[in-house]
Amino acid sequence: MSEAVWVVGAAMTKFGRYDDLDAFQLGAQAARAALADADVPIRDVGVLAAGCLQESNNAGQLLLRHIGQTGIPCYNVLNGCATGGTAVRTAVMAVKAGECDVALAVGMEKMGKVGLLGVSHRKAERFQPTGPYGAVMNLEGVVGTNLMPAWFALIGGEYADRYDGVGFEQFAKVAEKNHAHSTLNPLAQYQKPFTLGEVMDAEMIAYPNTLLMCSPTGDGAAAVVVVSESKLRTLGLSQQARAVKVSASVITSDPYRDGGDMQHDTFTTTRNAADQAYETAGVGPDDLDLVELHDCFATAELCHYDSLRLCEPGGAGDFIDSGAPWRDGRLPVNVSGGLLSKGHPIAATGVANVYEVTTHLRGEAGARQIDGARVGLTHVLGGGVNGGWTTVVHILEKAAS
Amino acid sequence: MAETLATSRIPVVSYLVLDDGDPHLAAWRCAGCGALFLDRRVACPSCTGDEFTRQRLAQTGRLRAFTIVHRSPTGAKTPFVAGIVDLDGGGVVKAHVVGVSPDPASVAPGMRLRLTSYPVGVDGEGTEAIGFGFQPEED
Repeated sequence: MSEAVWVVGAAMTKFGRYDDLDAFQLGAQAARAALADADVPIRDVGVLAAGCLQESNNAGQLLLRHIGQTGIPCYNVLNGCATGGTAVRTAVMAVKAGECDVALAVGMEKMGKVGLLGVSHRKAERFQPTGPYGAVMNLEGVVGTNLMPAWFALIGGEYADRYDGVGFEQFAKVAEKNHAHSTLNPLAQYQKPFTLGEVMDAEMIAYPNTLLMCSPTGDGAAAVVVVSESKLRTLGLSQQARAVKVSASVITSDPYRDGGDMQHDTFTTTRNAADQAYETAGVGPDDLDLVELHDCFATAELCHYDSLRLCEPGGAGDFIDSGAPWRDGRLPVNVSGGLLSKGHPIAATGVANVYEVTTHLRGEAGARQIDGARVGLTHVLGGGVNGGWTTVVHILEKAAS
Repeated sequence: MAETLATSRIPVVSYLVLDDGDPHLAAWRCAGCGALFLDRRVACPSCTGDEFTRQRLAQTGRLRAFTIVHRSPTGAKTPFVAGIVDLDGGGVVKAHVVGVSPDPASVAPGMRLRLTSYPVGVDGEGTEAIGFGFQPEED
């Protein structure tokens, strides 16, 4: 068995709007803060794994131009909304493989106010079948929908049809919770609570997801520094005491499912990643003290309770109704405010959730601290217009003192 | 001149077969395991077999899930009902659900649906694109 990998530095920028900084400057702020947190200079970093969905080509190299151009290998990774998680996974893999003792993972994104993601229609001079389905025009709004709030509405809708006690109100309760949680997180893009009624009465985007049940666009970055066990022993006592063990680092893609090209199957890829992570870490869902999962839309979070085995099979409605995922509940979920309110600068998300859990395991989360947290799980999910899903799950544990 | 050309029609996607007045959907069927695909695969992602045959899909099916899209960046007319339909005898497609009010009280998973087709656009040469949706099946 290879030696353990440890998180020794973690940082994120506040998520929000940055008119005067580009993605790489945001990434540099997070990276330098994570390196300072680890008390490791950039000269000691052996591998950089970098993600930036909108400017992915040479994101890592452009980042290094702001933090130290040391000539190290740069792996620029891209996996949709799971890009940041993939960067962390790549950094962990580099250390596990013995390629380096210290690796840096950075996710950074500048989205600006792009609005609802999609493409406009324009009149064709001559219809020309293109793409895998021979489409003669943009099919959005013509042959059903491929909009993200709608994808996840359809996924939630199927779950609600299959199991009792799941409906619009349960989905809305997810958003009520995450907006409430964000009021304690100074790094969240929004820190405003909303009542259940306000969530349900907000502008409908794609039923049942209202505006307050959709993650916003925004800018931000996050970074983590991971090291080998032998490197950890050379660091200061403070860094060793604050180190967080990476007990599992798992990435999966979606396996074949009948009809999965049309009704996106986000369940199986998440379930597979969770099961592998639990087995690798030797922990179960009951051992978790907090979870940061991929609530891109409120309907998604509810389904992930089930796919991550946080509730009984089919029991996600009861789980939210019981208050279990609230910060004072049995298993706090998204105490950061989640993507719904902390924000979702795409590539930063899967690194920021590792920062969040690490901060709680260190006991350094301030007003939003989950007391006594020892084990946490992070989850991100990424996909594209024609499906093709990625899940990344990390299980992190506080160092045994 | 475009106006002088006879109006021709083209399906909005290649898996819609217009077929002289009897429009239906068609899939590629894996000869090895029977899996159905609306697009042409090099090999089957389920069994890795690489022989496929063309299969006509049923015009009727059951609504698996729906959403009602109220905000669209494409200029599409909103609100509209979009669904996932499990076709009788196999095949899963996404499509508009038409002939229903865009209201969650008027649509329900499990409802029986039938294929319908209609014009969805015209190009600069006057060719009409034919799209499809599903409407409640009449008894």
